[in-house]
Amino acid sequence: MYTLSSKLKLTAFIFMIVGAIGLMYGFIAAPETVEDVKEMMASHGEHGEEHAGEETEKVNVEQLPGGNNAEMHSESSATADHGAEAGHGEEASHDDEHYEHILHQLQNKPWAALYVAAFFFFMISLGVLAFYAIQYAAQAGWSPVLFRVMEAITAYLLPGGIIVFVLLVLSGLHMNHLFVWMDPEVVAHDEIIQNKTAYLNVPFFLIRAAIYLGGWIFFRHLLRKNSIKMDDATDNRIFKKNFKLSAGFLVFFIVTESMMSWDWIMSLDPHWFSTLFGWFVFASLFVSGITTIAIISIYLKSRGYLEFVNDSHIHDLAKFMFGISIFWTYLWFSQFMLIWYSNIPEEVVYFIQRMEDYQLPFFGMLITNFLFPVLLLMNSDYKRVNWFVIMTGIVILCGHYLNVYVMVMPATVGESWFIGIPEISAMLLFGGLFTFVVFNSLTKAPLLVKGNPFIKESKHYHY
Amino acid sequence: MASKVLHAIYRDDDLLLQAVKQIREARYHIGEIYCPFPVHGLDKAMGLAPTRLAITSFMYGLVGLCVAVAMMNFIMIEDWPQDIGGKPSFSFIQNMPAFVPIMFELTVFFAAHLMVITFYMRSRLWPFKKAENPDVRTTDDVFLMEVDAANHNIDDLTDFLYKTGASEIKLIE
Repeated sequence: MYTLSSKLKLTAFIFMIVGAIGLMYGFIAAPETVEDVKEMMASHGEHGEEHAGEETEKVNVEQLPGGNNAEMHSESSATADHGAEAGHGEEASHDDEHYEHILHQLQNKPWAALYVAAFFFFMISLGVLAFYAIQYAAQAGWSPVLFRVMEAITAYLLPGGIIVFVLLVLSGLHMNHLFVWMDPEVVAHDEIIQNKTAYLNVPFFLIRAAIYLGGWIFFRHLLRKNSIKMDDATDNRIFKKNFKLSAGFLVFFIVTESMMSWDWIMSLDPHWFSTLFGWFVFASLFVSGITTIAIISIYLKSRGYLEFVNDSHIHDLAKFMFGISIFWTYLWFSQFMLIWYSNIPEEVVYFIQRMEDYQLPFFGMLITNFLFPVLLLMNSDYKRVNWFVIMTGIVILCGHYLNVYVMVMPATVGESWFIGIPEISAMLLFGGLFTFVVFNSLTKAPLLVKGNPFIKESKHYHY
Repeated sequence: MASKVLHAIYRDDDLLLQAVKQIREARYHIGEIYCPFPVHGLDKAMGLAPTRLAITSFMYGLVGLCVAVAMMNFIMIEDWPQDIGGKPSFSFIQNMPAFVPIMFELTVFFAAHLMVITFYMRSRLWPFKKAENPDVRTTDDVFLMEVDAANHNIDDLTDFLYKTGASEIKLIE
């Protein structure tokens, strides 16, 4: 049995408290009125004006969709040019429009930070559940010794899922402006969104979210219950039950995961669509999940709790990290290249915005999520060096946080992004919660499953 | 070949593996082992050095990548930067996404083919090569081990090999 060390518990709570305080600061520091924004930008001196001027020069107006945008940008460039002599009647109204735009972005900032972090940790446990089910359905012989670690990570599915759901409900109640299509005023003037309201409306959106979350949590509950029961089993009946459950879960998962990615992430940009988006999100959550399994297993092993886990198990996990990282890159590139190549205006704005405003995270992601794991985990020997796997794993997790960040932020905060106090605090808050829930769940059952027909093979697994 | 060797035949791969361990412990020298199929762990038991084929493959892959980059940079950007359907041919990086499929394929092509050719060269395999098979049965169901007998008493060695489970032993001079 694993006992939760008080040090780890304390660390988790400190993370949560510091994170909560930082996040509260983020909400308080967010400006409430246009005047606040003006003040904030004025306090930065001329910088704001210069910045606005640069922005308009960089953006290729013709490539932005809709006439409105072109007009708006030419207006904002006008205000920037005359910024020094601002205050004249006509310009002042344009000025207000511009500041209101910034205001919305800044108000969204803490919310988006919260949303990204909540989704990131939720997706880790969802990815682990998918991996767990695949191990059952594939009757893998190497992994049963890691089942309890995987089950513990999926324990975060329940609290994490509830948090994500609450955030979605709060968006539905107009507490924030994360989802543009939830704003009736925007929809009233937007024919594209109007045509999508049959799918994108708040009640249906929340019902769908409840179905996905309910289904995943339900399957997780059953699999875990059976796994505990299997410890005292004398025959393979429960194993077969879990096998069928896993197969059923995987079918349910791939449909709901795909729809979840449309709902929770793609609908942040309701004018844009991509067909392989579901897979792309899947690859991201899958590789983060596997990486987390590897990191937690190595940690537990180093504390002497998993003496039956040998280097070959870590080697296998590292191979998965390596392979799925490449798979993620393949999907990232396929999505990017197809849209870049055809350069159709209504699709390509998505990437133009990311390449111009998010250059560093957007391309930096390729280094952390592709180049780093490929070069470090290609060598067979390195996959058995535990600190190497941990180091690469941390880089991969940071990279996939950035991936979620770049998927969510451009639509919610636009060019006002920054990884500052609210973002880091939200990560600390959920990181602490995740650590506490996962390690607390590890104490609930022995770390080695019994009664699994593959357990003996798994203990002697050698690559 | 001036030196003498013993050809010991084993009928089972487990027996063979065990024999290899015993023979190595007794400090006899194993020249070569002929098997009808790969025996898992035989190379480790014999103490063979690990292959470096994967390393060569990685380097060949890098060569392929460089070839692809150099080729397309010269053709598409330097030699004749034509406007083809509005693709930006001003610099390599601007048009890079369009080159990635070729860069990828050439990397794989070089890595795979040159590695295979390296394998053939290192293991001396080619179409009209004369087969070096000491006993035709080794391609079907028996395992043959060649033990160096040069500086040893032949009778002692033969006895020892029988004890390790060899079913036939032949002296080759």
